[in-house]
Amino acid sequence: MTRRLFHRPGVPAELLIREAHVLDPRAGLDEARDILIRDGQIAELGSPGSLTAPEGAEEIDASNRHAFPAFVDPHVHLRTPGQEYKETIDTGTAAAAAGGFCAVIAMPNTDPVLDEAAVLRSLTATAAGEARVPVGFLASITRGLGGDELTEMAELRDAGALGFTDDGKPVISAGMLRKALQYQRLAGGVIALHEEDPALSGDGVMHEGAVSARLGLAGIPSISESTMVARDGAIALYEDARAHFQHLSCVESVGALEAAKAAGARVSGEACPHHLTLTDDVVRTLDSRFKMNPPLRAESDRRALVGALKSGLIDCVATDHAPHAKHEKEVPFEQASMGTTGLETAFAALYTELVLGRELELHTVIERMTAGAALYDLPTPKIAPGASANISLVDLEQSWEVGAHGYASRSANCCFHGRSLRGRVTLTIAAGQIAFRAPMLAHAGSRMTAA
Amino acid sequence: MRKHLITIDELSREAIERILDRAESFAEVSGREIKKVPALRGRTVVNLFYEASTRTSSSFELAAKRLSADVVNIRSAGSSVDKGESLKDTVQTLSAYDPAALVIRSPHVGAAQLVAGWTEASVINAGDGKHEHPTQALLDVFTLRRRLGSLDGANIWIIGDVMHSRVARSDILAFTRMGATVTVAGPPTLIPREIDALGCHATPTLDLLGDADVVYVLRMQLERMHDSFVPSLREYAAQYQINSARLRPGQLLMHPGPVNRGVELSADAIDSPQALIGEQVKAGVAVRMAVLYELLVGSPVLQAVA
Repeated sequence: MTRRLFHRPGVPAELLIREAHVLDPRAGLDEARDILIRDGQIAELGSPGSLTAPEGAEEIDASNRHAFPAFVDPHVHLRTPGQEYKETIDTGTAAAAAGGFCAVIAMPNTDPVLDEAAVLRSLTATAAGEARVPVGFLASITRGLGGDELTEMAELRDAGALGFTDDGKPVISAGMLRKALQYQRLAGGVIALHEEDPALSGDGVMHEGAVSARLGLAGIPSISESTMVARDGAIALYEDARAHFQHLSCVESVGALEAAKAAGARVSGEACPHHLTLTDDVVRTLDSRFKMNPPLRAESDRRALVGALKSGLIDCVATDHAPHAKHEKEVPFEQASMGTTGLETAFAALYTELVLGRELELHTVIERMTAGAALYDLPTPKIAPGASANISLVDLEQSWEVGAHGYASRSANCCFHGRSLRGRVTLTIAAGQIAFRAPMLAHAGSRMTAA
Repeated sequence: MRKHLITIDELSREAIERILDRAESFAEVSGREIKKVPALRGRTVVNLFYEASTRTSSSFELAAKRLSADVVNIRSAGSSVDKGESLKDTVQTLSAYDPAALVIRSPHVGAAQLVAGWTEASVINAGDGKHEHPTQALLDVFTLRRRLGSLDGANIWIIGDVMHSRVARSDILAFTRMGATVTVAGPPTLIPREIDALGCHATPTLDLLGDADVVYVLRMQLERMHDSFVPSLREYAAQYQINSARLRPGQLLMHPGPVNRGVELSADAIDSPQALIGEQVKAGVAVRMAVLYELLVGSPVLQAVA
């Protein structure tokens, strides 16, 4: 079978996690458990205090921690190759690990674009050397993201591509998208779509609405996205193809996705923590951290996204982690690069705003933060004996100020910067290896058993 | 305390009135043979203009000079700005001269606010993209207050390309804050969605223009034709041009300049005694003197930007 996730080799975890509150919605687990991990696999789950650490295994007192199946992010920008000053596979996966993720899927809008197998092979080799959590790659649908020539999708799939996207740009030509969806029958792989009609977006830099009217900033109307979701849902249905809608942002797109699914199209959708928790009201500050594409929209849009995530109409959470250097954001709003980082804050933002804000249940957030895996035919992380250890330990009581101690990401353009969030990842195990350990845990929360 | 003027939002009605009262006293200075007072002697005012401007830049320069300040004018053409220097680097370089005030005109929304975070000088927004042009709004209120005594209850129509107009945004805020009712009218393609959130009414026609006490006409940028915001200048003029047929006796006519004669305004309207366009220009110097004075000398009516 073709390998589609890549990470650096490491030491398999030997670990006893004692008395963690295990929450794995798919396994129906919501109770305190000891978790024994041997050779990177979950060896045993036991009632609290029932398991003992084998010789040489580390023991962690997790009596005030939650243990979740680690998260999967189907949408990140690792900026490699070509823009390593923003992020590298090393720093991007460090950010993922710090956010409790055990796998991420990288977008191909790099320099050069990931549109040839040679580029993909070099990337998978790099990831196999430095990725702290497994990374999968999407190749572009069209060469150079140019929109007018298909990539060699079959060869790219053989080289390990999980699927295809022109993310950052829409596939403007309906005819080109149709060909890609037809060719999917040979090549396989999900076709993921950034939905936007450039003729409607124009020079827009934020959501079109009362705030853009006030600020004099050109608006991106919600219909710029939703009309393309409707169009491409219809094409996917006609071709019986598998398509995934990325970073949905508005109520009209929720309606278009619902209609496409109801008609029988094999489509899915993702929503981002920033769209689920913030609105265009924050853009009044003109802080360029709030500039991203699609833009932060109105409260009615935000509510529709949360409702769709709750019902499962929107299948999963994706961060669209989009790092940019300081000089690219420290300019007037209209000139600033679009994008926010999100890996390190995704869980805490959703937990603080939506779970503590009583809009979503915790188990729903955990389910949707892991659901991206199955959409790309990857194994879903689970806390069960025999499974590869993919676990995030989280202190739900801990408050922290975003960015106060810097970021694991190479970039600091986080839309939650300076906010106080609840819920801190203290340990991440990805593919059986310890990928992240919060500094304080190493001192206070753990001890080595006598060797 | 360091003070700035970035948007009309940060000015209370009382603060606006105090600036206008101060401007009245400076208008008297402009009537003297020696048009100069020593208020800012020994202090430096930097005018940093990233966009072409005739009346705003010249009136800021004159205002600073009549207050006896030393003035440095920097325009984007031929400066280090043209050599790719970032706004931040330019501002930090100029700040090394320890200016008391930095006046900035930029094609980008929020530029003045950003600059305020990078310099110790008081920052005055002389226009930031399509966002705001607060001193224009103040001189418009000054001009109207002289004619009407008060804006309370006045019915003011703003006509034309509201979407691309920073003057419209600042005027809507200032006029309503001073008690007027504001209606914007223009091609539906050039009226921003949800503009009523600014506290004005919006209409696509001039059918009820007779209700207006003040007709404030915006400049119609000729390049808007190329973007199909309006089909032709001819159609625009037919629908929205203010001329002697549309202007009711007793209505006051204003325009921020420069005028496209024969497009948004007819020649007979411009030259009619109802037009206050010349008075607006004249008010520009006195009002900008008042803003500089209030920021650099006056007691703290202008609040510091958070």
